[in-house]
Amino acid sequence: MADAALKSRPADAGGADALTARLSALDLPKGGFTAPARAAALARLKDMGLPKPRDEYWRYTDPAAFNAPSPQPLPIAGAGPDSPLFEDLDRLRLVFVDGVFDADASDDLALDGIEIGTLAASEADPGHWAADLYGTLEAESHKRVARPFAALNTAAAGDGVLIRVTGKPSRPVHLIHRRRDEAADVCYHHVIRVEPGAEMTLLETGMTGARSSFVLEVDVADQARFHLISAKRAGHQKLGWGGIFARVGAEALFKSFALSVNGTMMRYETVVDMVGDDAVAHVAAAVLGDGNRGDFHHDDTVFITHAAERGESRQVFKKVLKNGAKGIFQGKILVRPGAQKTDGYQISQALLLDEDSQFLGKPELEIYADDVQCSHGSTTGAIDETALFYLRSRGVPRDRAIVLMVLSFLADALAEVDDETLREQISDRLDAWLTRHA
Amino acid sequence: MNTTPDLEVREGVDRETVETVANMGSYKYGWDTEIEMEYAPKGLSEDIVRLISQKNEEPEWMTEWRLAAYRRWVTMAEPKWAMLNYPEIDFQEQYYYARPKSMEVKPKSLDEVDPKLLATYEKLGIPLKEQMILAGVEGAEDTPADARKVAVDAVFDSVSVGTTFKDELKKAGVIFCSISEAIREYPDLVKKYLGSVVPPTDNFYATLNSAVFSDGSFVYIPPGVTCPMELSTYFRINAENTGQFERTLIIADRGSYVSYLEGCTAPKRDTAQLHAAVVEIVILEDAEVKYSTVQNWFPGDEEGKGGIYNFVTKRADCREARAKVMWTQVETGSAITWKYPSCILRGEESSGEFYSIAIANNMQQADTGTKMIHLGKNTRSRIVSKGISAGKAQNTYRGLVSMHPRATNSRNYTQCDSLLIGDKCGAHTVPYIEVKNTSSRVEHEATTSKVDDEQLFYCRQRGMDEEQAVAVIVNGFVRDVLQALPMEFAMEAQSLVAISLEGSVG
Repeated sequence: MADAALKSRPADAGGADALTARLSALDLPKGGFTAPARAAALARLKDMGLPKPRDEYWRYTDPAAFNAPSPQPLPIAGAGPDSPLFEDLDRLRLVFVDGVFDADASDDLALDGIEIGTLAASEADPGHWAADLYGTLEAESHKRVARPFAALNTAAAGDGVLIRVTGKPSRPVHLIHRRRDEAADVCYHHVIRVEPGAEMTLLETGMTGARSSFVLEVDVADQARFHLISAKRAGHQKLGWGGIFARVGAEALFKSFALSVNGTMMRYETVVDMVGDDAVAHVAAAVLGDGNRGDFHHDDTVFITHAAERGESRQVFKKVLKNGAKGIFQGKILVRPGAQKTDGYQISQALLLDEDSQFLGKPELEIYADDVQCSHGSTTGAIDETALFYLRSRGVPRDRAIVLMVLSFLADALAEVDDETLREQISDRLDAWLTRHA
Repeated sequence: MNTTPDLEVREGVDRETVETVANMGSYKYGWDTEIEMEYAPKGLSEDIVRLISQKNEEPEWMTEWRLAAYRRWVTMAEPKWAMLNYPEIDFQEQYYYARPKSMEVKPKSLDEVDPKLLATYEKLGIPLKEQMILAGVEGAEDTPADARKVAVDAVFDSVSVGTTFKDELKKAGVIFCSISEAIREYPDLVKKYLGSVVPPTDNFYATLNSAVFSDGSFVYIPPGVTCPMELSTYFRINAENTGQFERTLIIADRGSYVSYLEGCTAPKRDTAQLHAAVVEIVILEDAEVKYSTVQNWFPGDEEGKGGIYNFVTKRADCREARAKVMWTQVETGSAITWKYPSCILRGEESSGEFYSIAIANNMQQADTGTKMIHLGKNTRSRIVSKGISAGKAQNTYRGLVSMHPRATNSRNYTQCDSLLIGDKCGAHTVPYIEVKNTSSRVEHEATTSKVDDEQLFYCRQRGMDEEQAVAVIVNGFVRDVLQALPMEFAMEAQSLVAISLEGSVG
């Protein structure tokens, strides 16, 4: 089946012609203060080309859908059975429609300890603080592996938020995505700097575009803390690529949790550079895929670099797959020479709920320092029949028992959400989804 | 080798360990044998391939098989995905065939055997009685063999010098001979199985091997036969600038069993030498093959000068139900190791095991691991890999566990641990896990750590110096794998572990 797909593709899939076609379908912004970064990103992209199906880094995910000049239109669905997440929470809302900031639908951007702007509106300011950060971490990320879609995003992004945190704002910032155009090929780019000692929590929900590309660049300075909780809706037929590029300073904390439900083809790349001593980085995801005739494909690709001493990193990835869903995990811990006393941990687990689903993983360690503790584990299997039997013998109906077991399977990933209220809301959402899809 | 340590052997410390630690020295097999050799002209071409075929007195079909492989090879590119850095290999700067002149005509008695060849075996530590047979003396098989019953096929550069205990094995129906002999004597078996596990088009090095392999071992165990002794092949590279390309083919017919050992050494030389072998194992219903390797090729000197570039394709095909294979390897030598002994678990309930110790010291680089390809129902596999890096070495575990959709109810357990000694070396883990059915379970665990300070302190406090203490701890670290080796090999391996790490502490 896969072979047939390969053969049907043009000979130079991902080659120079594909890139030309991809770029000509875009209306590349000139940019204001981002202009040099955009030009450099475009040059990088032309240099590396689009990914090819044979690229090792795209071993388990066919990049064709992302290489295509434009996506198939995707009907805009109704609100769905679930009420929006984090509704009753006191937070500062920023609404993006097809990746473009909608000021009228958003809250007032003023908040103590934090400076919030948007890319499109700030471009004209030549002395903007984001000028030396936009595209910088993205550019750094290509040193080990080429990430063409990240460069493409930097060159093509139309909007996004620019956040500088200087204190400890009283409310989290909530990015809400909405759709308007069925065929929207959305591209947005956030830049966040958390100044020394500052803290922020960023929430992101909603659905954007028939195809979307986002980049989030986060610079977490010394002793600063950044927490990202993302629960974007995908729905079937949705195509999405996203890249998170973080730099974590001394004694700083970076935490990200992503909840993903469905999506035809999703690929998330998370690249974290721990540059200061005693830095902490946790990256976690809970993924639920109902293949719906085999068109669910979810790829998490993580690259964590320990470049300083006593760093602690955790990668916790849990995937629940059914109806021909395909879950991918490519995770890497790189410990540079001298990054002694590193504590690196990585776990990737898949629960396959039927015979058609697949899990493909490549959990890697690359270590150049001796006084380190690094480990990874990966397991794949079905629901434990003994445990299921136990629950049923206690009077729990089979479907409910499976939901309970799936929830307990996902618990480790969910535990990476520190805030109890947020965690419970996400857990309730999972419970509801699982019950409907039982 | 004979110095007795002044150390008192304490409880919990293996005497062997202490002795080997005390006897640690540099590469023991680094000498060469000055012997008149006959070479094929340098370089590689269709003519050289024909020449090798002709030297081995091969039939036409074999020559064509080689030529097809050669033509394919010319179109292939060297694989670059391994975490290995080495200068470009000039494949035209190698000799592809070298044999001692004295082997041109097979010696009839001990007097006729080149004494230098004889001395080589003696120096390598192979017993004299066996040595008589090894040196190719006809009739020596009749000498009653005493306790140690291991049949040996000795390969010296490009030729098999001799195979021992052939007659005794023949009584059991076992065929054990050089592959060149098998091509002449058992063409039907060779035709049927050669290239059926590792096709001539498999990969760059396997294809090169298919074109130029000069010798190697052939084993056939008939149905229901448990091979009466362990079989062994000893590979020795002697000539300079000469690649060794041996090919081993093992067929375990239904219900049979064989344990096979492989050892290898080479002289110390300043220039790197190429070794590209292929091992194919076919295992039929209810049969079992145990394949153990102690690889001790010259690793190059401390600055990374010389050493063997070891590019090996080893694969076992559990073709029928309940077939079983067990790979055990101790990789201590070679400047470059590129080796992934694999199991194709095709038959229902077949099982594959892989136990590996890979040690890289000084400038050595190893990229090694296994592939477990589960195709049949209820198949089982187990991977235990222990990698040790010291000096400025890089050691990579690379493995694949693949559960195909039809391989229902299958199991895999993988454990790969890395130990780092010193802050200039690297330890890497690159596992691929592909699960395409629900009822199978795959578990993978990997850890990387350094020699534990508390354990080190404990040993030091018991009077060991740091190197001895490290050797003891390392021996504990690799124990799971050592236990999977046949007794004699385990001893040798244990000493090798200590020797390879010599100079890595402090």
